[in-house]
Amino acid sequence: MKAFSHSLISCCLLGSILLATTDSIAQVECSDSVPSPLLPPSEVIAEDHPGDAGGAIIVRWKLSPDEAKRITGYEILRSTSPTGEFSSVGFAATGANRYVDANTEDSLTYYYKVVAVDVNKNASESELSPPARSSAQWFNFHLLNLLIIGGLICGAVIYFIAHAKKGKKLFLRRIAGLEAVDEAIGRATEMGRPILFIPGILDMDDVQTIAGITILGRVAKTIAQYETKLNVPTSRSIVMSTAMETVKEAYISAGRADAYSDDFVHYVTDEQFGYVAAVDGIMVRERPATCFYIGAFFAESLIMAETGNSIGAIQIAGTAMPAQLPFFVAACDYTLIGEELFAASAYLSGEPKQLGSLKGQDVGKIIAMSAIVIGAALETIFAISGSSLFGSLAELMHKLFSIVAG
Amino acid sequence: MRRQIPLLLTAIVGFVYIIQFFIPHRPFNIFEHLFTDWFLIIAACAIWLGVLNLLKLSLEKVYKRGKDWPYSVVTVAGFLLITIAGFFFSGGRQFQNPGTPFDYIYVNIFTPLSATMFALLAFFVASASYRAFRARTREATLLLLAGFFVMLGRVPVGDLITQWLPVGYRLSNLTDWIMNVPQTAGQRAIMIGIALGIMSTSLRVILGIERTITGGE
Repeated sequence: MKAFSHSLISCCLLGSILLATTDSIAQVECSDSVPSPLLPPSEVIAEDHPGDAGGAIIVRWKLSPDEAKRITGYEILRSTSPTGEFSSVGFAATGANRYVDANTEDSLTYYYKVVAVDVNKNASESELSPPARSSAQWFNFHLLNLLIIGGLICGAVIYFIAHAKKGKKLFLRRIAGLEAVDEAIGRATEMGRPILFIPGILDMDDVQTIAGITILGRVAKTIAQYETKLNVPTSRSIVMSTAMETVKEAYISAGRADAYSDDFVHYVTDEQFGYVAAVDGIMVRERPATCFYIGAFFAESLIMAETGNSIGAIQIAGTAMPAQLPFFVAACDYTLIGEELFAASAYLSGEPKQLGSLKGQDVGKIIAMSAIVIGAALETIFAISGSSLFGSLAELMHKLFSIVAG
Repeated sequence: MRRQIPLLLTAIVGFVYIIQFFIPHRPFNIFEHLFTDWFLIIAACAIWLGVLNLLKLSLEKVYKRGKDWPYSVVTVAGFLLITIAGFFFSGGRQFQNPGTPFDYIYVNIFTPLSATMFALLAFFVASASYRAFRARTREATLLLLAGFFVMLGRVPVGDLITQWLPVGYRLSNLTDWIMNVPQTAGQRAIMIGIALGIMSTSLRVILGIERTITGGE
């Protein structure tokens, strides 16, 4: 019985091996056979890229039926004549069904072919596309929704500025970080120590730096009145020049032109960590009583704020870099979060015109909050009920508040 | 006049940038490129303003033997060393090529010094976290708990100690939920506020209401 079972197992094993061998032979035979010809992409369409300044044509095609099996990508060929020589202008990865040729001349007509390429470098050419010509558009309709919403918000800002000019009183919520500015300057004055102001590490083309310099102007005016020493190390030359002018004007308007010195604002270096090393050195050596970090910051934010914390300075920070906000919140006494940074200058100036612009921002917030609530409600109702009406409305909301790439 | 011209220039450039965003056609797209090029040229030229300012202050300090003047000696020496090595001993335009004195200083002095400053961040993160995560208030306690779960959920031991729970309720899933829902919601609220703040500030500057940076009050 035992011998029989052993024979049976042996037979089964032998059978399995034979079957497997036959399978692999069949596979080898199959792979050795001539592969079917590679099928090309079809329905190639070339047309002017919409909403641009010209110089670009968008090419679209229907994927090759062999896409899933063998295709590694699509080569885009271009010619200015249907019978002329075609040259390669780019390559689209597998799965892509569009390519933007951003190197065209508006005065020329172009013809395109799309070539499917497989793993063995076999190529299969599509039919010729219809002629296409690039041109500049007078309006980018992809941004129409942005224009409408932006126009509404800007209109509201201008309306409330005009409203405030008439002398209407506007309510502003208290911003703790800005309320503490006078206290922080007063403390430095009492201690006889300088005030350090860091306007971020980006150039004047960044709106956070602009916000930082405007706040510097307001702060410098108070500093001039208190006759406290100010130190503004900068990491960009243009920021240095602008900050110098701003501080000078602040001292003049405070009636303390005699107390101003060009040495208050100085250039250090454009290099991020070289700048941090210099600022940390200033902090440790001069031990400022108050440190302001207002502008755009990256990894250096925590290094500076922790050094400031270690010397016991009052620290007020403000940035619109979301990744750096937690660091400032952890290390500083007060932090202006996002929009508070941009509101600070208006808040400190107390001018009705500037305050009116803050009120206009609230209209933008109302629009954003309404869109979020309505959009979430529509999506939820659609998910529960499956009603196509709510689905369409949710889709409409989505389109209204998103920017579509061309 | 000294104040009007900067305001006028700001308004023109600001409006051209806004218009070309919606109207990509000539002449606005040409102006946009032109203004961008001008800014780059001005920024490149302005570097000399910064360099001269740095040298002036440092040399003054050394000359007058001001407070901590030896640091200024190091600054000036470093500036002269890299400038002379780059201009005169590194093959002209090929100064960045491997093996030149400029490259040697960059790779062996500048890069390690920068990396050292960056590495300090690790210690500062620890000290800042220690203060931020002290459970003194209700909000700080919430922050502490969220931070604790997120950190634990990011390492394999997080799932190991919660493997008795159904798959969707394990620590890595809780971490994902914290990061994707409350964290993202909070961050987006901040981003919306920032976008509105940028619009408002830009309008104030372009319309000449905010004049601090153009030399006004």
